[in-house]
Amino acid sequence: MTRYLPYLLTGVVFGFILIKAEAASWYRIQEMFHFQSFHMFGILFSAIATGLVSIQIVKRLHGKTALDGQAIAIPEKTPGTKSYVFGGLIFGFGWGLIGLCPGPIFALVGTGSLGALVVLAGALHGTWLYGALKQHVPH
Amino acid sequence: MEWLTQPWPWYVAGPLIGLMVPMMLFIGNRSFGISNNLRHLCAITQPPKVDVNFFHYNWKEHTWSLIFVIGTGIGGYLAGVVFANPLPVELSLATQDMLTSWGFTQPGHNLVPEELFHTSVHNFTFLFACGVLVGFGTRYAGGCTSGHAITGLSTLQLPSLYAVLGIFGGGLFASWVLVPRMLQ
Repeated sequence: MTRYLPYLLTGVVFGFILIKAEAASWYRIQEMFHFQSFHMFGILFSAIATGLVSIQIVKRLHGKTALDGQAIAIPEKTPGTKSYVFGGLIFGFGWGLIGLCPGPIFALVGTGSLGALVVLAGALHGTWLYGALKQHVPH
Repeated sequence: MEWLTQPWPWYVAGPLIGLMVPMMLFIGNRSFGISNNLRHLCAITQPPKVDVNFFHYNWKEHTWSLIFVIGTGIGGYLAGVVFANPLPVELSLATQDMLTSWGFTQPGHNLVPEELFHTSVHNFTFLFACGVLVGFGTRYAGGCTSGHAITGLSTLQLPSLYAVLGIFGGGLFASWVLVPRMLQ
């Protein structure tokens, strides 16, 4: 079990940040999509910038191995266009309506929000629906 | 200890979220992303009679990821309940005006509006339907805000740029066109 401890702790930190940053707030998401505050854009841009810089550092490290001894490699996304655009659009509709993307869903469920639990139940059904219809949607 | 209850500015929260990407690589050569867990949860609960190939894989190899989101829930509990911010969300004046014109009586009073999240058949039907869009869309696109916008863009992957453009297009349409109509 101890090998899972770093994941648990990092997850706790992540959930804590999402709530403290108010990224799990429906109001903040409306504010973002209406370009009325820099707050959410600041979070996203600075997160991407930090990721970008730290990935460049990781790439240049010698003998780069993870805690468990594996070599660190950055996985490539499968090439394509349609599935990314269409999937992104459908997810975006849901995000714009309910103001919750998957990370904040889990964080908000943790605050005891019954409504967030209903969103999670819906998201599981949506995921299952995609699995069932995968062959019938354009990729 | 005030920093534990106060909301965090973007220049603190953003870089910390960005550090999740190298952190997950460092812990176990993992790619940071949340929405895959929805697939794992489907794989765990799929009844033997229902045979969807997409959920036939050894989900136990992804236990680390499920542990991570359990942690996310615990973090949410700590930040939202134990160290809860007693003050409303400090929304911009433009947003407060917009929300008032949409009929919200206490904009920013909690993280999410009571009007949409309090227990009622009407609300829960809507929340469930939006959840379906989030679940379907993220799996179709192969990732969400964490996997595409943060991990994908910070590792310079073109597919993630397509996904982010789709996500933003969908979000703009929903919040400019659908949300105001839905609230009338």
